Amino acid sequence: MRVVLAEDLALLRDGLTRLLEAFDFQVVAAVDNGPALLPALIEHRPDVAVVDVRLPPTFTDEGLQAAIAARAEIPGLPVLVLSQHVEPLYARELLSDRKGGVGYLLKDRISNVAQFVDAVRRVADGGTAMDPEVVSQLLARRGPLAVLTAREREVLGEMAEGRSNAAIAAKLFVTEKAVSKHINNIFTKLGMPPSDDDNRRVLAVLTYLNG
Amino acid sequence: METATWVRDGLRAIAGGVFAAGLAVTNLPLLVMSVVALALTPVPFLGLALLPWATNLVRMRANLERRLAARAGIAIARPYEPPPPRALPGGWKRFRWIATDPATWRDLAWLLPGAIVGLALGLLAVAIPLYGMEGISLLPLWLYLSIDSYGYGVFWPIANFSEAMLSMPQGVLFLALGLGAAPWLLEVNAQFAKLFLAPTKAAELRLRVAQLTVTRADTVDAQAAELRRIERDLHDGAQARLVSLGMTIGLAEEMIERDPARARKLLTEAREASGTALLELRNLVRGIHPPVLAERGLDGAVRALALSLPLRVTVEMDLPGRPETPVESAAYFATAEALANVVRHSRARHVQIYVQHVDDLLLLTVSDDGVGGADAARGTGLRGIARRLAAFDGTMSVSSPPGGPTVVSMELPCVLSSPKTSPSSGTG
Repeated sequence: MRVVLAEDLALLRDGLTRLLEAFDFQVVAAVDNGPALLPALIEHRPDVAVVDVRLPPTFTDEGLQAAIAARAEIPGLPVLVLSQHVEPLYARELLSDRKGGVGYLLKDRISNVAQFVDAVRRVADGGTAMDPEVVSQLLARRGPLAVLTAREREVLGEMAEGRSNAAIAAKLFVTEKAVSKHINNIFTKLGMPPSDDDNRRVLAVLTYLNG
Repeated sequence: METATWVRDGLRAIAGGVFAAGLAVTNLPLLVMSVVALALTPVPFLGLALLPWATNLVRMRANLERRLAARAGIAIARPYEPPPPRALPGGWKRFRWIATDPATWRDLAWLLPGAIVGLALGLLAVAIPLYGMEGISLLPLWLYLSIDSYGYGVFWPIANFSEAMLSMPQGVLFLALGLGAAPWLLEVNAQFAKLFLAPTKAAELRLRVAQLTVTRADTVDAQAAELRRIERDLHDGAQARLVSLGMTIGLAEEMIERDPARARKLLTEAREASGTALLELRNLVRGIHPPVLAERGLDGAVRALALSLPLRVTVEMDLPGRPETPVESAAYFATAEALANVVRHSRARHVQIYVQHVDDLLLLTVSDDGVGGADAARGTGLRGIARRLAAFDGTMSVSSPPGGPTVVSMELPCVLSSPKTSPSSGTG
């Protein structure tokens, strides 16, 4: 799988490259500033882009802006955005084209290598990887979730992070069948149209939570 | 101007004229009192108490005049120096404070000319419309009295019925003149008072220095406290965690040959500890300068804040550029504090945040539909906001009747830098 990497700190850039290459990703370009990112993405059309939000020269949110611009240019280009802090505001902007193939994680999560690599793969496959901190902020804000049981809220949170039924079942120590039953309940209670497609379902959940 | 408001303003000014003339008369006893107090100053004990006491009365009168002037549209600031600490009534300190304040003597100098001008202009403001009224009601009066020597306007004395009739349009003219002139007369009176009662340039500067001294002390205190908190958080938090992290990794290093399973467990622990350290650092950074504020400015930061609140928030932003970083930060934290107050106390369901920049002033309004009854004098949160803003000459006012709604209005003087490079364009 071909990856374009954008990270300004050399230490992290090399570390990420080494980590990704250890898991059979091929880093085709590693840029260290905002202006170089968009051309690199358009030139290489990678299977997935791993992008730091804050990049030189302005050290604001140029990585995020470049990622969003690239997805306008190449619809659905899988992008995993990394940051030292997460904001539901940015998640909303990343998700606003409703195309999937979006990840938004704290840099801390890289330290759990297996989960991080799993997230990169999921995003490359058009799935979603949303940081638990974003999801918990979204859940905390939403009032009408009171209609859900504690277990259903848990499942909703896992789903919003982008996990598949199987992964949720494994994490919560229940059967996949139980998970899909919970999910059906959630969709009915929140009045969302049911969907069989995993990715589309996750996007629906995130759109709902962001609304 | 609309006729109704013109008449209303005129009537109000005429009433103001009566008031001004009445007040002007009180200047004379005040002047006499002050002179007597001054003359008695050498008398032991009593002397030191009298002048401050008389001056206090004069200042009340002068402040009343300043309020009247403000109503006439002329702002006159109070020029008095703040009392020194521990200045007891009758004490030397208090006497010196009064006697060395130039405003005391300027007030005294105003008493007599102020009385003359106030009385003359006030009476004039009343007399012209009264004369007009007389003209309008003259006809029945003249018919009733039929005195030879009575006259009005250009007809003096009135010789016949048609001349008496003509007094009416003249009366209307005088009345209109009186209504129009009264506000202007009050304004002239206020301008005259301003010559004496406004602070001199030097007094203005002194007041400003006094205010800056207070706000600077507050700012320095707040900053020192903030730095202490940061130091403590780092010391007890991230620093301690990194120490233990190093120890755990060292231990794992030792074990890796003998007990690989245990080493692996230690490494997992180490990874989790690094996550906790990062979490603490992140929270700390958020409290110092939120990253989203650095990245998106006030606009994005307030929107991000709004997204994190458990109630409905409407954000309206009208900022063509970004304020200086310190001002931006103060505005953000003030808004955050106001919102935290809403969440803590108001039981509101909806908050509106309105931010705009008008005439080099950043205006922030946070209004909610909660229970109201917020008091800036009691709430430490609101006081904190006021202090934060005061460091930049900003102000805060709270309107919160019991039952709500609560409106917190904040003002910060600032200029905006380069026009916004549209950070949110194309992101929807």
